[in-house]
Amino acid sequence: MSLLLQATTDWAFSVRALAPVLVVALSGLAVLGIDSLWPDERSLELVAGTAVAGTLSALGLSLWYLASGTGQPGGGGAIRLFSETIIVDGTALLFIAIVTSVAAMVSVASYDYLEADENPGSYYSLLLFATTAMTLMAVANSLATVFVSLEMASLPSYALVAYLKTNRGSVEAGLKYFLIGAVSAAVFAFGISLVYGATGSLLLTDIAAGIGGVGDLDGILGVGILMIAGGFAFKTASVPFHFWAPEAYEGAPAPISAFLSSASKAAGFVVAFRVFAVAFQPALGVAIDWGLLFGILAVVTMVLGNFAAATQTEVKRMLAYSSIGHAGYALIGLAAVTADANPANATVMGAAMAHLFVYGFMNTGAFLFIAMVEHWGIGRTFEDYAGVGRKAPMASLAMAVFMFSLAGLPVFGGFFSKYILFLGAINAGFWWLAAVGAVTSALSLFYYSRVVKALWFEEANGSLDALDSKPTGLYAAVIVAGVVTVLLLPGFGPVIETAEAAAAALFA
Amino acid sequence: MIIEALLAATFLSAVIVFALPDEYAPKTAFGLSLVPVAGGLYMWATFTGSGNALTGGDIAFQTVLPWLEVAGYTFQWYVGVDGISLPLVVLTTFLTSLAIVSAWTPIDDRKSQFYGLMLLMEANLIGVFTALDFFAWFVFWEAVLVPMYFLIGVWGGPRRQYAAIKFFVYTNIASLVMFIGFMMLVLSLPINSFGLPAITQSLAAGELGSFFFLSPDALAAVAFVALFIGFAVKVPVVPVHTWLPDAHVEAPTPVSVMLAGVLLKMGTYALLRFNFTMLPEQASAFAVPIAAIAVVSVIYGAMLALAQQDLKRIVAYSSVSSMGYVILGLVAFTEFGLGGATFQMIAHGLISGLMFMAVGVIYNATHTRLVGDMSGLADRMPIAVWILVAGAFAYMGLPLMAGFAGEFFIFVGSFGSTTLQYAPVFTALAMFGIVIVAGYLLFAMQRTLFGPFRLETEYELDRAPIHDIAPLVALLAAIIVLGVVPSLFWNMILDATVPLLDLLGGGAL
Repeated sequence: MSLLLQATTDWAFSVRALAPVLVVALSGLAVLGIDSLWPDERSLELVAGTAVAGTLSALGLSLWYLASGTGQPGGGGAIRLFSETIIVDGTALLFIAIVTSVAAMVSVASYDYLEADENPGSYYSLLLFATTAMTLMAVANSLATVFVSLEMASLPSYALVAYLKTNRGSVEAGLKYFLIGAVSAAVFAFGISLVYGATGSLLLTDIAAGIGGVGDLDGILGVGILMIAGGFAFKTASVPFHFWAPEAYEGAPAPISAFLSSASKAAGFVVAFRVFAVAFQPALGVAIDWGLLFGILAVVTMVLGNFAAATQTEVKRMLAYSSIGHAGYALIGLAAVTADANPANATVMGAAMAHLFVYGFMNTGAFLFIAMVEHWGIGRTFEDYAGVGRKAPMASLAMAVFMFSLAGLPVFGGFFSKYILFLGAINAGFWWLAAVGAVTSALSLFYYSRVVKALWFEEANGSLDALDSKPTGLYAAVIVAGVVTVLLLPGFGPVIETAEAAAAALFA
Repeated sequence: MIIEALLAATFLSAVIVFALPDEYAPKTAFGLSLVPVAGGLYMWATFTGSGNALTGGDIAFQTVLPWLEVAGYTFQWYVGVDGISLPLVVLTTFLTSLAIVSAWTPIDDRKSQFYGLMLLMEANLIGVFTALDFFAWFVFWEAVLVPMYFLIGVWGGPRRQYAAIKFFVYTNIASLVMFIGFMMLVLSLPINSFGLPAITQSLAAGELGSFFFLSPDALAAVAFVALFIGFAVKVPVVPVHTWLPDAHVEAPTPVSVMLAGVLLKMGTYALLRFNFTMLPEQASAFAVPIAAIAVVSVIYGAMLALAQQDLKRIVAYSSVSSMGYVILGLVAFTEFGLGGATFQMIAHGLISGLMFMAVGVIYNATHTRLVGDMSGLADRMPIAVWILVAGAFAYMGLPLMAGFAGEFFIFVGSFGSTTLQYAPVFTALAMFGIVIVAGYLLFAMQRTLFGPFRLETEYELDRAPIHDIAPLVALLAAIIVLGVVPSLFWNMILDATVPLLDLLGGGAL
């Protein structure tokens, strides 16, 4: 009897703690159910509404938990479930908030994108299952759950990239994404097996405890960590596993590009932050200096992403490379971690988390603006964007906000997150990371301002009559993202304070 | 709270005007811009501050609120005014309202966006002059650039894209240099705040540590140079002035008014606040090269103006010359030097605003700005022409006009400077600039305004509407009032600049 009672309270407790994840999963199932029950009716409003409601309620729940202290040091500490393979703490809730807010904006925007689509149910259910998996990545606390959730996020993503079945670019991008994803999953799984072999555990905390006793197996542990880092590089679109990103972001439907470059990247980073901070921090002095590894990757990723972006002629591809560059900035959060219990560790990793939060809005907004341009069908290059500001001032204003914010101009949210990231790197002694970051940021203003210049300064080359249609969902999503990007400058305090506290809890 | 109310009202006005239909935007924008004018005048009338805001004076209308706390540092929302910043706030609000009226004729495209951006710029300018925390200040400082970039790039002349991007690139690189220099300085101080008063007082107490391999002295010198470069571009001084004529020529009249009248003063204001208040010893160590830059700007700017054929370019280059006087007054570091430089910021804001507006009125009527294309305009548009003449005399420093007071104070102050070596030589050279100013202004006016009427364009001469002339009259009135009664601002300016003299152990007149 008592065992049963124990089980039910555990059950209720787990459901409550995991409510944000479960809400997204249930809404995905609901969309699938609607589609299966009425397969002949095209119920775009219903499925889109379900998706928006599901992601928004998950967002609301995670923000509520964050505000009320659930899983955080002030509210009883991290909640560990299912033999500690799942953890609900500040980091998890913060990243659930990022992923679900991106998913909500993408769901709203996709409504217009799918107007002519025959089967919106499959699109929305894939989107929601991918979101579910990304929220699971945020709560995964064992290499087994990490691997399962990572693959669970990847599979719907492949399908979503290739969603435009009749479009060659989309299908080719999906195939490329799938092949590189399969290779990186193999590498990742092999890395997990090596780490398990060396430390005897898959639970992150137990791995950390086991690293002290690896003895002669330190080489195997080091190779395993290196391979796991490769898996994360794929998921976050960092060098050297970044090749899929420009193709996939360019070929995919633009809302999916927004989703992958913001939410999927954030989910990849939350796993990387948790695994390396919790499990592998002791390995810094024993097996492999992964801080230096990420430092080199960060520099190469920042330089390559920003320089490649500067040479593009198509806006979407430019944003794809800029998204790689931003992965480089977030990698600073891992690169500047040191082996000792230095408070600078939490500062810099918290700053990287806050940067991903701001990035979730400004980057999603930018890709959704491109979705709007695709909806109008006026072309893909910088020249095709000329004169749009005259016909669509509000959306173009929002796009200018995203561009300046991505460049880190000290006017919008993107400034503080970058600045504090660089400040954290300097405090930890990694001034060279901050220097490369500052220089590449200054360079990035060049190519971001090309978009602004085209939108506002240049006169239209052809007819812009297509701009008379005002896609409501896309507009709403872009404007919301723009307003949040602006408000994140005065309102950056709660974000950075939550992120720092969450990062500090990881290192505790 | 009055400053927050002022900022909120201006930002809100910008949003309202941006969303209005084009036909209502001009008049609504003017009406809403009177709210900050009233707020500025109210602040001026009830001003109770004393001393310099950074060196521990009594700051008026002060608010301090925590903004964010990270990595051991506190960022604050910290605003307030002293005798240096309040006149600049009043100038900003006054000039914006007049610039908005002067835009009614030339701006006929995308009106609501234009006026919305003007008000947005005004709000950020008020922020620049009132912010007392470095980050709040820096955000406003950069946020001024963005509307300006659009105002030149969208509503400018034929080469507007080039001019807008040149302006944006120059000022952004300058900001980056300044930002890095200032960060090195603050990170080497044993304080955890970015409040400008706290930083100033910590520096004055000699608490500067070393930064990686830079000793405190070297660090202070490096930071001083970085800050000077950052602000000199904004002023601008020779040789980093080349963005200015391009920006002015391409910008529409009201934007030129704001650029010359207020945006250039951001540079000198920041020089006074940062370089000369926070690092006075470095300022006196670098006094001779800075004075040389100032004098070169005065003379070279005036000579460039002499060589121009475009009326607007003439006025633009003469701004380079006039801002040279301000730098000379700052580097002299005397009671009249610092006070005169601050006063000259206000005076030049009004006078250059008047000149650009008058040239704009002539352009609206004639559709040309080239000196060779016109002559004898005095017969056809007497009011505008005589106001332009009055403005030119104000520029030359006619007594009883604001320009005289400013330049006279600067020369008195710089002649007797003890911190600047060879002060009399620099002063004499700079005074020579006035002769050139008189030369090019009189020469240009003689050819365009007087003599037989002639106009070589495809257009008929238009009659200037009343709303073109009204802001000219208002500006001229302000220039004369301030010239006759300089004490309206002079007393509060002295109150805020005299405490700075203690930083270098007194100082002469």
